[in-house]
Amino acid sequence: MSDATRTEARPRFRPATQESPAARLTLIAVACVGLTILVFAPLVAVFIEALADGVGASLQSLASPDARDAIRLTLTIAAISVPLNAIFGVAAAWFITKFDFRGKAFLITLIDLPFSVSPVVAGLCIVLMFGTNSLIGGWLVANGFPVVFALPGIILATMFVTFPFVARELIPVMIEQGRAEEEVALTLGASGWRVFWTVTLPNIRWALLYGVLLCNARAMGEFGAVAVVSGKIRGETATIPTTIEMLYQEYLAVAAFSLAAVLTLLALVTLLLKTLLELRHADQLAATHRH
Amino acid sequence: MGRPLIHRSPMPGLGLSMGITLTMLSLVVLLPIGALLLKGANYGLAGIWDTVNRERVWAALELSFRLSLFAALFNLVFGVLLAWVLVRYRFPGRRLLDAAVDLPFALPTAVAGISLTALYAPNGAFGALAAEIGWKIAYTQWGIFIALVFVGLPFVTRTVQPVIEEIEREVEEASATLGASRLYTLRHVILPMLTPAALTGFALALARAVGEYGSVIFIAGNIPLVTEIAPLLIIIQLEEFDYDAAAAIGIAMLLISFAMLLVINLIQVWSRRRIGYV
Repeated sequence: MSDATRTEARPRFRPATQESPAARLTLIAVACVGLTILVFAPLVAVFIEALADGVGASLQSLASPDARDAIRLTLTIAAISVPLNAIFGVAAAWFITKFDFRGKAFLITLIDLPFSVSPVVAGLCIVLMFGTNSLIGGWLVANGFPVVFALPGIILATMFVTFPFVARELIPVMIEQGRAEEEVALTLGASGWRVFWTVTLPNIRWALLYGVLLCNARAMGEFGAVAVVSGKIRGETATIPTTIEMLYQEYLAVAAFSLAAVLTLLALVTLLLKTLLELRHADQLAATHRH
Repeated sequence: MGRPLIHRSPMPGLGLSMGITLTMLSLVVLLPIGALLLKGANYGLAGIWDTVNRERVWAALELSFRLSLFAALFNLVFGVLLAWVLVRYRFPGRRLLDAAVDLPFALPTAVAGISLTALYAPNGAFGALAAEIGWKIAYTQWGIFIALVFVGLPFVTRTVQPVIEEIEREVEEASATLGASRLYTLRHVILPMLTPAALTGFALALARAVGEYGSVIFIAGNIPLVTEIAPLLIIIQLEEFDYDAAAAIGIAMLLISFAMLLVINLIQVWSRRRIGYV
């Protein structure tokens, strides 16, 4: 008997800490089929519908005034609300991780609150606070500064729904890194700002980028909260998502899906960058992203 | 209490960071929510109850919470399965699947909404298949269920994944050495370890689904009493300038979701205590 046949005849043992091959295959198949139906199919459908009349028709609809205004407005909103939320995130993370005070857990709960509030309710809150019927809103409108059905309201609504993103990303990272490096820099005579720019920021920059990335994706795609506060005025307060809704309801499927494809590409780029960050800078991200 | 409100610290920037944090938190989140609660307080409990107690509002709230619960339960089971497959098994395309789990977070809800509708409408790819066996998905409660499953998909997987990575192989080996079958080990050793994280993911998926608007309204059909969700009803009230009614439904939704989160938190505390670590 040759060696080869003997190896073949040897009974195969399966480690006791593994499922049987049949069970593994079944589970993998369920995962693949499930994700294909639930995630990949909608993703592909966007592009199929957008290109239903060819690339030309799709591009032409993107060049229409409605689409161009919507894209410009959405970029403006993101350019204002994302940096503001980034500043908030850094300040909140600094306050929470560098100081000890009572009610810290409560403060974190309050920061997380927008995640458990429906975007529609968020929009409703802003309408109730700044609408023409309210005390503040009435006064602001009388002084020529309308918030609801105007840019400030849309920005506030966007900031509400994306509020926790950056802070949530930074807090666990900064807790893990501790205060020792900053304390050393201070002992050596560095000023507060110098410590922040040369010690803290380099340590948290990838986590900050990660949070900003997610915040931006959500800011550009927000629909529910913006739909409530914007009034969806064409050319003035219609963002990309609300324009998609208007086009879709006018049975302009190609135009609606072409704009949707733009947002989908943004989502894919976001996911790609996010995956790259997780692969290359895992040590600087919150522990839950390391897999 | 002898404890100071804020401990003395050599760290700079206390005033600035606290100022920015509290000012922005108040302006963006707390004051608007306060405005809603104030509106509700002016309207009175009786007024809120009268609004909620209409047949149409009641049906919308019941629909939103029932379907969100079903969708979150589906995501609980599928999410744990997915987390297990992604962490424990090695197969081609695993990284792609792992990245795809996050797509519902990144894809804007309006895009998901029209895309799912295109798929599940009677003339869509999946809708046509279902129509052959007489199953209507889009513009029925099934459509809403599918949209809610889509938006809640990542939560359970993303909370359970890190926990599976942390499980020590020795635990499973010990269980096997003591004569447990693989299924017994999975059910009585692994699953209890995953329960708290899975429940956290379940709660997040549930909260997200209850408030979801963008991905649902396109596929729902929005027929009053049948496929009209609570957030849509708020928008309808606002368009009729009935701010009191809109505020009443908003407050009812807030209260019910906070109550549900509280219950789930209690279950979590209980399950942590039961398996003996915190």
